[in-house]
Amino acid sequence: MTSLNMALKMFQAQIKLLRFLFLLIVIYGEVEHVYGVWPMPQQITQSTERYLLNPRVFALSYANDSMAQSGCSVLDVAFKRYFKLIFPDFAHGTGRDKSLRFGNTLRFYGELYVANIFRQKYLNSISCSVKLGLESFSQLVYQDDSSAYFVNKTEIEDYPRFQFRGLLLDTSRHYLPVNSILSTLDAMAYSKFNVFHWHIVDDPSFPYQSSTYPDLSNKGAFHPMTHIYTQSDVRRVIAHARLRGIRVLPEFDSPGHTLSWGKGQPDFLTPCYKGDVPSGSFGPLNPTLSSSYQFMSDLFKEVTSVFHDSHVHLGGDEVDFTCWKSNPKVQAFMAKMGFGSDYTKLESYYMENILNITAALNKISIVWQDVFDYHEHIPKDTVLEIWRGTPAEIRAELGRITLAGHRVLLSAPWYLNHISYGQDWRNAYTVQPQNFSGTEQQKELVIGGEVCMWGEYVDATNLVSRLWPRACAAAERLWSNEKKTSSVERAFPRLKDFRCTLVRRGIQAEPLFFGHCKHEYSGL
Amino acid sequence: MTSLIHDASAALTERPSGHTSQLSEQGKAVRMRALTLLGLGTLFLTTSCKDSHIDNLEERSRLSDEVSLWPLPQQFQTSPVAFKLSASRFKIVHAPGSTAGPSCSLLQNAFRRYFKYIFGYVNEQGQPRSRVFDSELRELQVLITSTDPECDAYPSLKTDESCKFAVVFLTAFVVVFVVLGLETFSQLVYEDDYGVNNINKTSILDYPRFSHRGILLDTSRHYLPLKVILANLEVMAMNKFNVFHWHIVDDSSFPFLSRTFPNLSQQGAYHPYTHVYTPVDVKSVIEFARMRGIRVIAEFDTPGHTQSWGKGQTDLLTPCYSGSSPSGTFGPVNPILNSTYDFMTSFFKEISSVFADAYIHLGGDEVDFSCWKSNPDIQKFMEQQGFGQDYSKLESYYIQRLLDIVSSTKKGYMVWQEVFDNEVKLKGDTVVEVWKMNMVEEELQNVTGAGFTTILSAPWYLDYISYGQDWKNYYKVEPLSFNGTPEQKKLVIGGEACLWGEYVDATNLTPRLWPRASAVAERLWSDENVKDIGSAYSRLEKHRCHMVRRGIPAEPLFVGHCGHEYSGL
Repeated sequence: MTSLNMALKMFQAQIKLLRFLFLLIVIYGEVEHVYGVWPMPQQITQSTERYLLNPRVFALSYANDSMAQSGCSVLDVAFKRYFKLIFPDFAHGTGRDKSLRFGNTLRFYGELYVANIFRQKYLNSISCSVKLGLESFSQLVYQDDSSAYFVNKTEIEDYPRFQFRGLLLDTSRHYLPVNSILSTLDAMAYSKFNVFHWHIVDDPSFPYQSSTYPDLSNKGAFHPMTHIYTQSDVRRVIAHARLRGIRVLPEFDSPGHTLSWGKGQPDFLTPCYKGDVPSGSFGPLNPTLSSSYQFMSDLFKEVTSVFHDSHVHLGGDEVDFTCWKSNPKVQAFMAKMGFGSDYTKLESYYMENILNITAALNKISIVWQDVFDYHEHIPKDTVLEIWRGTPAEIRAELGRITLAGHRVLLSAPWYLNHISYGQDWRNAYTVQPQNFSGTEQQKELVIGGEVCMWGEYVDATNLVSRLWPRACAAAERLWSNEKKTSSVERAFPRLKDFRCTLVRRGIQAEPLFFGHCKHEYSGL
Repeated sequence: MTSLIHDASAALTERPSGHTSQLSEQGKAVRMRALTLLGLGTLFLTTSCKDSHIDNLEERSRLSDEVSLWPLPQQFQTSPVAFKLSASRFKIVHAPGSTAGPSCSLLQNAFRRYFKYIFGYVNEQGQPRSRVFDSELRELQVLITSTDPECDAYPSLKTDESCKFAVVFLTAFVVVFVVLGLETFSQLVYEDDYGVNNINKTSILDYPRFSHRGILLDTSRHYLPLKVILANLEVMAMNKFNVFHWHIVDDSSFPFLSRTFPNLSQQGAYHPYTHVYTPVDVKSVIEFARMRGIRVIAEFDTPGHTQSWGKGQTDLLTPCYSGSSPSGTFGPVNPILNSTYDFMTSFFKEISSVFADAYIHLGGDEVDFSCWKSNPDIQKFMEQQGFGQDYSKLESYYIQRLLDIVSSTKKGYMVWQEVFDNEVKLKGDTVVEVWKMNMVEEELQNVTGAGFTTILSAPWYLDYISYGQDWKNYYKVEPLSFNGTPEQKKLVIGGEACLWGEYVDATNLTPRLWPRASAVAERLWSDENVKDIGSAYSRLEKHRCHMVRRGIPAEPLFVGHCGHEYSGL
């Protein structure tokens, strides 16, 4: 913990870089707005002293002693983006300078200290934390009844509780147009999510257009031209995410969940047998052929260079053995390898090979918990993701995986595709990711979690309203101090406000309960 | 061009080979029953194709998979003979002899709307090159047979909804059914592999099983912008719903701007300007609905569910007591003051002129007695009236007086089932809405046994969501499964899908309502024997893609895709 404090101090020293130019107006009257920030910052002190922001002169600029200066593209565009978010009316040209009505103006230099110990290798750590700070700042600005903009004097010291705050979208069960993905990335940034887990292919369709194996999407997508992600689509998603401090983690799930792969890659899937003859249907990937591994190696070579992230998700979940069992060649291979009739050994054999392939490409692998459950000898740096079980089973699994020294992600309590009547965000909010029996070292191996929006019943028509604000509950759990955010009742009014902020920014976030927003959603 | 029409109509009069002709008697019987259900004496049918239809359900379902009609028509016959439709030449016109003409704006609007639905997606082409197709359909002729086509009328419960059309003719009694027929026609048009619009030779005779097919939207718990209401009226028409039950005010807010009592929305709306429905708004909703053959029935629910009324109307609500002093909170409408009834008289006088429909929904559900019980003045009144401790008698007393007030405005009324259960004396034409989940069949039996017409909404509360394909549950409901005489069953005139607003506003309303409500639409429109889930799934999947193609964010049923995905983000 001492190293953590040192890092914190170091960054506090570094991060005075961002200064805001304010206009200070002396306000008479009793009006007092203190707006919340979602997710809750680690430290926040607000005073009733408030400042008028005049969009005509307000500027976001680099301080003189800032290490980043104009030309830092990530920050330059973040300034531009957040200016519009801070002053939602100004973009529409509300006309004359209203603030003059308040009397004498006085130029004033204010400072917002944004302390952040969050560091990721993939991004300039300073620009990343500045963007997160900008988000907090933008949420602190409010409008009074005369539409003037104010911010209260506030000091924030902030850093995330977990470094991995992910959101999974499934583009195989339904194709999501690129615009849907981009607007999800926007909303993720508003909630300080930082990993987009792109479950890009699965049984129903293969929308990723591979440059090495174009037939995969030609034959495996819902439509080879309209329902695919081209290389430039993927680049666009990655660029959009990067500007918002979000990593893009691709998942190419195998050996199960690969039916759509088989359409464009002959001899890739295991032919299932009915008695002595092939039944015409196919099962998981065929782990007995060396061609399978050659193919996977070539594919991952491409994938890991297209997606720059240091991690890659390999899936490995829900493998159905019935087809393997029916196939005489697989049976012969089992006998040859001495696996007996334990098909988990065959699966382990396959996963081991795949993990070696990605390791050779210098990528760290993330896999679903199944891989740990049936196979103990996986590389130490492999990250496991927990996706199923009762709360008790999840706690036990957390204990086992961390005891084995693996880093772990939690997504089981946050399957947002499961819907029910009422305020289910409350359950998502009260999850305690580190509440399992284990040592302090074990708890530190919990690096974060993910909300998952699987696509069986979700496409562009209902994705946004089903995700938001339900995902915000997990966002706060992953970012904020658990003790300070333990009360669902105290969270409710803040989340209600934040939901209206999202709606104001054009995100179709559904209501928590009856009530209204000042600016209602105006789309369909 | 004319020769083409002749070809097509000649083909239509051809007697199809095989079994269909002998089934026609059965078909007629079905039709007769449905029409009797609507209480109509006359048939309007022309004879060109009524003896050729497909009544074999399996056959119908199979064919319907190809053409994907939703809700499934009562009778139709289709063949593989296809005609092309060209955006530059195809026209929807009034047939010679039709009693409606170009002065009927309802029809002209419908023609344009459906032309756009059929051709709106193709890019504007330049000068068309001369080409000759083997067969092309150039005209859809619309024939109205009634002496009064009812172009300017409001749709009503009594209206006979049936229409018949072949690919070139669309015949209907009055204009409202042309709108329904055009919807069916537009669903018959499909794009072939070359992107050309085609329609197969088809003849259809169609009419609804139930005459009240409603959607309830709640604009009190969340305010719904006008745009959202209009868009959903549009989707309702695509699904042949014909009643918009507007649950316009409730405890949470009072967005209806009353001319007589402007304070109600001034104080009771979420915001007095941005979250209200002005008289112009209401008028535009009613007119937009009328153009689509949809009735607008407004609900002003009392004496419970009225918290928001109290903000703008002093002394309307009952002051609750804590011990011997007022607690500062308020309960239901105060039933013991004459001022209450004076208010209701003026208020419903306005309502009955604002809303054109012959019915008003008066609510009457879920009255909480605890506040009434706490109030000493009410206790005294109970004693005077000899009600004892039975507060449902007080409720009945209030409702009875309210019903008398509304009757004097010449409107009929609808009420929630509690009003019937509490044995309030109801006018003969009252419609009782059954909404409680438990004992639905018993309730239907009792209500119809007492001779009242009824509509069913209990199994169709679409605000209750769950994981998976819950539309199947809505689809499987059989409204007439209760024990009762044929006369009793005739009293069930339809049903409503309700989307209450606790968790719903403009952000999620449309995908939550559609296509789940479409399942209810088919149950209320199609023959009771149309109940195969497999066939329904494949047709509904295509129907939902139709809606998406028209810009409606209708959510998916399950894994899969539409040729044109929703792009409205």
